[in-house]
Amino acid sequence: MIAHDPSTLAAYSSETDRVPDSTRAPTPRLSLRALCKAWPSVLANDRVDLDVAPGEIHAVLGENGAGKSTLVKIIYGVIQADSGEILWEGRPVRIPNPAAARALGIGMVFQHFSLFETLTVAENIVLGLGTRTPIAALSERIVDTSRQYGLAIDPRRYIHELSVGERQRVEIVRCLLQSPRLLIMDEPTSVLPPQLVAPLFDTLRAIAANGCSILYISHKLEEIRALCERATVMRAGRVTTTCRPAEHRADELAEMMIGRELPQVTRTAAAARPDRVLQVRSLTLPAVHQHGTRLDAIDLELRAGEILGIAGISGNGQGELLDALSGERLAAQDESIELCGQAVGRVDVQGRRALGLATVVEERLGRGAVPSLSLSQNALLTAHRQALVRPGGLIDRSGLRRFTERCIAQFSVRCSGPESAAQSLSGGNLQRFIVGRELLQAPRVLLIAQPTWGVDVGAAAFIRQSLLDLRERGAGVLLISDDLDELFEISDRIAVIAGGRLAPARPAASTDAAEIGLLMAGA
Amino acid sequence: MRGLPRLEPRARTAHWMRIVSPVLAAVLTALCGLALFAALGKDPVAAFKVFFFNPVKDLYGVSELFLKATPLLLIAMGLAVGFRANVWNIGAEGQYILGAIAGAGVALAFDQRLPAVVLLPTLFIAGALGGMAWAAIPAWLRTRFNANEILVSLMLVYVAQLLVSWLVHGPWKDPQGFNFPQTRMFEAAAVLPQIVEGTRLTHTFPLAIVALAAGHLFLNRSFIGYQLQVVGLAPPAAQHAGFPIRRAIWIGLLAGGAMAGVAGVSEVAGPMGQLTEHVANHYGFAAIIVAFLGRLHPVGILFASLLMALLYLGGEQAQQYLGLPAAVAKVFQGMLLFFLLATDVLAQYRIRWGLSPLRPGER
Repeated sequence: MIAHDPSTLAAYSSETDRVPDSTRAPTPRLSLRALCKAWPSVLANDRVDLDVAPGEIHAVLGENGAGKSTLVKIIYGVIQADSGEILWEGRPVRIPNPAAARALGIGMVFQHFSLFETLTVAENIVLGLGTRTPIAALSERIVDTSRQYGLAIDPRRYIHELSVGERQRVEIVRCLLQSPRLLIMDEPTSVLPPQLVAPLFDTLRAIAANGCSILYISHKLEEIRALCERATVMRAGRVTTTCRPAEHRADELAEMMIGRELPQVTRTAAAARPDRVLQVRSLTLPAVHQHGTRLDAIDLELRAGEILGIAGISGNGQGELLDALSGERLAAQDESIELCGQAVGRVDVQGRRALGLATVVEERLGRGAVPSLSLSQNALLTAHRQALVRPGGLIDRSGLRRFTERCIAQFSVRCSGPESAAQSLSGGNLQRFIVGRELLQAPRVLLIAQPTWGVDVGAAAFIRQSLLDLRERGAGVLLISDDLDELFEISDRIAVIAGGRLAPARPAASTDAAEIGLLMAGA
Repeated sequence: MRGLPRLEPRARTAHWMRIVSPVLAAVLTALCGLALFAALGKDPVAAFKVFFFNPVKDLYGVSELFLKATPLLLIAMGLAVGFRANVWNIGAEGQYILGAIAGAGVALAFDQRLPAVVLLPTLFIAGALGGMAWAAIPAWLRTRFNANEILVSLMLVYVAQLLVSWLVHGPWKDPQGFNFPQTRMFEAAAVLPQIVEGTRLTHTFPLAIVALAAGHLFLNRSFIGYQLQVVGLAPPAAQHAGFPIRRAIWIGLLAGGAMAGVAGVSEVAGPMGQLTEHVANHYGFAAIIVAFLGRLHPVGILFASLLMALLYLGGEQAQQYLGLPAAVAKVFQGMLLFFLLATDVLAQYRIRWGLSPLRPGER
């Protein structure tokens, strides 16, 4: 059943809501009562209760798919709950759309920004406010607000010139100018380099100190312990508990979040061998489109039996690097990329795969797998070299079935069998399947991007362990990830990509998040 | 947006709906046909009998049905290959005409010199090459300049029609033809023999069945067919796996062109025995409906082509015995496509009335 921190439950019982009493705890700014929302195949929110006090920084903690995003979208009026009640400062309200939410005093900073690249900061903010404030007057207010909260931005600059951190500040300032009384922050640190997290927290604390409540959505335990006064923990659409995060250890919070102990990976000492399986020499590729990144004289080497981590803020050339290495985009010279001793810069995807390369891309549905096709048909996508096509060009259907069944069994893919459609699997299970498909081909080099994005904690640990096992077997793994914890957990060496340039790799043991973070910011 | 109906995706589409929805479309077309006959002042039941049962009341009628179905079947099978790869060849009509022209050209040049056993296969090869050449134009423009193959292939239909008109009004006109725009009748060596005495059914029908079986192997069992499917469903996945997208475009268009060209030959060397400017008879367009009604699947295409052939024959009967305009057959074709699209949409979505909420992820 739904467990609450007893003290808050007593203070905010429904009787006290109706009769505001100045001697008791103040009326919550926002209360949710038994909120339910069902999507066609899943109950995203199941009788969710939540109270946010005025000026409180309140966390909603849960792993991917726990229902956090659905919940905040209901609060911000993006979607409607099926049943349940929303109380705003004690009064029941209906929030049919985001404009209504803003009129109540609710602001939201989305994980993915909605800013026009070709307009200035001030122009973007004027559009978002929907008022006819003259730009000059507004610019003054922008500067005032940004000073007050330590959010340095110049209203005259164009969005496309700004870094991710600066864009986030624009979004926050845009919300603050509407004097919100509740600010929703959806995974705000997922786009930030580590050294910008602390300044963001200072800003959020200053905002809360001025009386604005903050609803902070995250799955990062340490952040929540550092920042939030209370946390509502969600699992599979339900509130499992409400607690004071600072009073709990991170592993306790993790257990509340996933319902069991946090799985650990086991890692042996460095096992790198002298033979280079992948060597890149001054690889330069122009940007594909205007907002793409140019790869600028990339040098890297990957040895057999090691995991080389590539850190970086997304959009700094990781996608371009992966495409260039996998063969989706060809290099200008054959010699710029050497795979297992052969020059392959001008060799296409199939040619490189034939030499022992395997690739796992970050977009699982639509690129790593075809959504509407079955798992066995998706196995054929890259595993057809495993003698699954007969000499006459016909598919060996029983062989394909056996391969798929082996993949499902060995990588514990939860599905109804080889005929289930790829799109019917959860993110974690599909990723298990895709990783399994590539690993069963015994690659000598594996390129893998964001392997645990949107994947539940159990599957994430399993996938990391699989990568370590592959390294143990003597393959080279190139791991591109946004997640520094992940990189430090399994990489032997880490290189940072920023603005399409790759800094020299350094041993993971002799560096730390602060140093990598500085490099990520392009320092 | 208050009060407007909107479509909401269903959680899952029942698998059997893929088969039921074309059947449902056919039934709805028949029902609306009854209403249409009544509105035109005909006894709906009697008219329905004339339209749908008269054409197949005897062996000759059934043979005519198979005869009409043959070109539709051939073209639809070829188009299905392209449609699987999301290559929208709308110009089968033109490729059919070019196949007919190529076949007729070979027939006119050699029908007095070569025996049938050599000449007939040559006609089909020439027809296939003719159709492929016409389809190669949109394929090249698409792969080279990213020109939309829908527009290019469609516009080339009109070029092909003008080309065949020019030929039969000009250089290929039969000198003894009383100035009719048509070639001379081919000699026996260039005419397909009948397989059933007293009917016009030729070897092309069994050939078309073989083509269906080959199409099934190619689309559903071969690795190349699989690659085409991946290109059609998810181009980024095809790129990721290293399946060449350009090759899929070429295969898709050339397969459609070749089959349409063969269908063209089957008409000029079959029931027509000569080339006229009305050689196409809109088979190339009707075959698009056949391909989709048949779910791009060979067995489905077989049934869909028979149904479409019945509409052709029924339209002729309606002209003869009911005094209805020839367009009535086109109306039935149109209704069939309309109902198929409608049932497909409703199988995947449900209609909701009222306020439209934004979907998750939208602001």
